[in-house]
Amino acid sequence: MANIASTSASAGSDLTARALREAVFAGLISLGLFVLFVGLKSDQNIRNELVLNQRWGLLSIFVIVAAVGRFLMVAYVQPAMARRKAAKAEAEAVVKEETFFKRHFSKIAIVALIFYPPVVLALVGVQGSLKWVDNFGVQILIYVMLAWGLNIVVGLAGLLDLGYVAFYAVGAYSYALLSTYFGLSFWILLPVAGILAAFWGMILGFPVLRLRGDYLAIVTLAFGEIIRLVLINWTEVTKGTFGVSGIAKATLFGIKFDASKDGFAAMMGLSMSSAYYKIFLFYLILALALLTAYVTIRLRRMPIGRAWEALREDEIACRSLGINTVTTKLTAFATGAMFGGFAGAFFAVRQGFVSPESFVFLESAVILAIVVLGGMGSLTGIAIAAAVMIGGTEILRELSFLKAIFGPDFTPELYRMLIFGLAMVVVMVWKPRGFVGSREPTAFLRERKAISGSFTKEGHG
Amino acid sequence: MALETTTTTMKKDPILSVEHLSMRFGGLMAINDFSFEAYRGDITALIGPNGAGKTTVFNCITGFYKPTMGMITMKQKSGKEYLLERLPDFEITKQAKVARTFQNIRMFSGLTVLENLLVAQHNKLMQASGYTFLGLLGFPAYKQASKESIELARHWLEKASLVDRADDPAGDLPYGAQRRLEIARAMCTGPELLCLDEPAAGLNPRESLALNELLRSIRGETGTSILLIEHDMSVVMEISDHVVVLEYGQKISDGNPDFVKNDPRVIAAYLGVEDEEVEEVIEEIEEIEGGQGGSKK
Repeated sequence: MANIASTSASAGSDLTARALREAVFAGLISLGLFVLFVGLKSDQNIRNELVLNQRWGLLSIFVIVAAVGRFLMVAYVQPAMARRKAAKAEAEAVVKEETFFKRHFSKIAIVALIFYPPVVLALVGVQGSLKWVDNFGVQILIYVMLAWGLNIVVGLAGLLDLGYVAFYAVGAYSYALLSTYFGLSFWILLPVAGILAAFWGMILGFPVLRLRGDYLAIVTLAFGEIIRLVLINWTEVTKGTFGVSGIAKATLFGIKFDASKDGFAAMMGLSMSSAYYKIFLFYLILALALLTAYVTIRLRRMPIGRAWEALREDEIACRSLGINTVTTKLTAFATGAMFGGFAGAFFAVRQGFVSPESFVFLESAVILAIVVLGGMGSLTGIAIAAAVMIGGTEILRELSFLKAIFGPDFTPELYRMLIFGLAMVVVMVWKPRGFVGSREPTAFLRERKAISGSFTKEGHG
Repeated sequence: MALETTTTTMKKDPILSVEHLSMRFGGLMAINDFSFEAYRGDITALIGPNGAGKTTVFNCITGFYKPTMGMITMKQKSGKEYLLERLPDFEITKQAKVARTFQNIRMFSGLTVLENLLVAQHNKLMQASGYTFLGLLGFPAYKQASKESIELARHWLEKASLVDRADDPAGDLPYGAQRRLEIARAMCTGPELLCLDEPAAGLNPRESLALNELLRSIRGETGTSILLIEHDMSVVMEISDHVVVLEYGQKISDGNPDFVKNDPRVIAAYLGVEDEEVEEVIEEIEEIEGGQGGSKK
C-alpha cells in the first residue's frame, strides 16, 4: 500500500519537474522568437529619423504567457485528458442506459414550447414578453419549419436545393397579394399558399429531373433568383422593391387582434397589447411546425417516404425495383415546397409587409446550413440547429456589455456572419454528419437500432 | 447446324424471347442480331468471355438501354405479353414483372436490411396506401398491407439466411450477404423472371454453394424463371437448364449445359484457338471428358 502511494507521489513530483522544465524551455523559445519582433520596435521620430524603441515589459508578458501556458498544459491539461480518455474507454464496456431526458427529448421540448409564452408573460410582463416571444420564439420556429420543409428535399430525397427561399417567397406573396386584392382571410389562403408553392415546386422539378449534384444545385439557385427578380420587376402586381404593405392580420375564429370593442383584448378583459397577437402567432407557427414534423414522420413510414430515402441512396436500384423516380422526385419537391409555402404565408401575416428583400439567396443558404448542421434527415437535430443558429444571432443583439470591453463603437450584430461561419466550421469538424448524424429506421423486425451516419449517403442530386 | 436448339427445350413455353436484338454505341456494335429464348421455369445462363456484351443484353432486357434494333417479348403466366423495348425501365419491373440485380451490388446502404426489402414492395404498398393520401389519414388498409409486406420480407430474409441481420444497415453486411440481400430484394418485387448479373462474383466456394441452393429454392417454390450471367462455371453447369453463349455480341452456342460444354465454338471462344485448330481441341476435350466420365460416378 505504502509502496503504491510513494510511487504515485514520486510520479506527481516527476510530472511537476517535467512541467517546470518544459515551461522554462517554452519561455526560452518564445524569448528567442519574440525578442526582435516584440522586444524591439523600429519607429520614426519627429525628425524622420529611425529610432529603436525597447519594449521589455511587453516581451516579458509574452514569455510569461508561453511559460505558464506550457506549465499548465503539461502539469494539468494533458493528465486530465488522458484520465478522461481512460474513463471513456472503461465506460464503453458498460451498457449505456439512455437518460429519461434523452429518450423523451422531443415530448419534453414540445411541452416546454407550449408553456413558453405564459411563463415568459409571468416572468417579464406583457411588454417585456414581446421580445422573447416574437424575436426568439416565432423567429426560431419559422426557421425550424423552413428547415424541416427543406429536409424533405435535401435530407430525405437527397436533392440539393439552393433555391428553397423561392417557395417561401411564393407562399408569402400568395397571401399578401390575394388578401390585398381579393380580401380573402388567412385561413383560406394558408392552404392556397401551400398549394401554389407545391405547384411551383413541380415546375422547378420538371427541368431538373435529369440533373444531379452540382448541376442541380446551380439550377435551383437560379430558380430562386428568377422568382426574386420577377417579384422585383413585375411592379404592376407586386409593387416591386417597395413591397406589399398593410397585409391583413390573421384572426382567431373571426376574433380580431385589435383595439376594437370585439377585439381579442376587449373580449378577454385584458388591456390592449400587441403581445397577445404575437403569442397567438407563436402558437400558430408552433402548430404549423408540428404539422410539418408530423407529416414528415408519417411520410417516412409510407412507401413514398421510403422511396425518397432509397432515391438518396441509389437511384438506379430504385428504378430496377419498379419505382417511378420521376414522380418520386416531383413529390419530394412539391411536398418540401408546400411547407415552404405555409411558412411564407405565415411570414407575410406576421410581418404585415413583404418585399423581395426578404427572399435573397442568403436565406436559402441559412436554411440549408441549418439542415446540414442539424444532421440531414433528423428532425430533432435540425430543430436544435435552428435554435442555436437563429437564437444565437438574436442573442448577439443582447450582448451590449461587450461595448464596455471593446469600446462604444462595437456592435456585436455585425459579427453575425463571421460567428456563423466559424460555428459551422467548428461543428462540421467536430460532427461531420451534423448534431444528430444517425438515422432512425422506419421499420424493424426485432429491435430499433439507430443507423450510423457513416452508412447513409448524402444523395447525388 | 450447331446453333440448333435441342428438341427437349423446343417444346417448352418461352417466357422471354429476344429477337434480332442489336445495340450500337456510336461505332461499336455491342450486340449484333442476337436472338434467344428463355423458357418458363428454367434457369437460363448467359455466358461468354469478358466484353462479349452480356451485361448490355441485360440492360436492354431490363430497360436501362433502349436497343438499336430488335424485339424483346415477355410472356407472363397469365398469357399477357409485354414488349420490353417499349417500356420505361421501372415499368418493366412494375408491370412486366422482370426484376434484376447488378454486377456491382447496388444496396440502399443507409437503410436497414428490412427496409431494403420494403422499398422493393413500393408499388404494392403505394396502392394499399391510396397513393399516400389514405395511409396518411390512417386508413386500416395500409396498416394491413404494411404488416403483410413485413411478413413477405421476413420470408425472403429467412430464405437468404439474413433474418439475424434484419435491423442492421445494409452497408454493414459482408459482401456475400449483400449479394443474397440483393436477390431477396429483387424477389420482393414479385417477379416472374429474375435476371441476375453475376450473382456468384466474389463469393467463396461455400457461399456459391449456398447461392445455388437459394436459386434452386426460388425456382422450386415460386416457379420464377431465372436468367443469369455468370463466369463461375461451377455455378453455371451445376444449376442451369439452358445455356446461351455470347461472343463479340453474337450468339455462338445455345442448348443444355452438356451440349454447350462440348461445343467446339464455345471451347474456341474461351480458350482462344484459331479456327483451323478447333477440330484438334474437340478431340482433346473428348478425351478428357471420357477420362472424367469414368471417375465421376
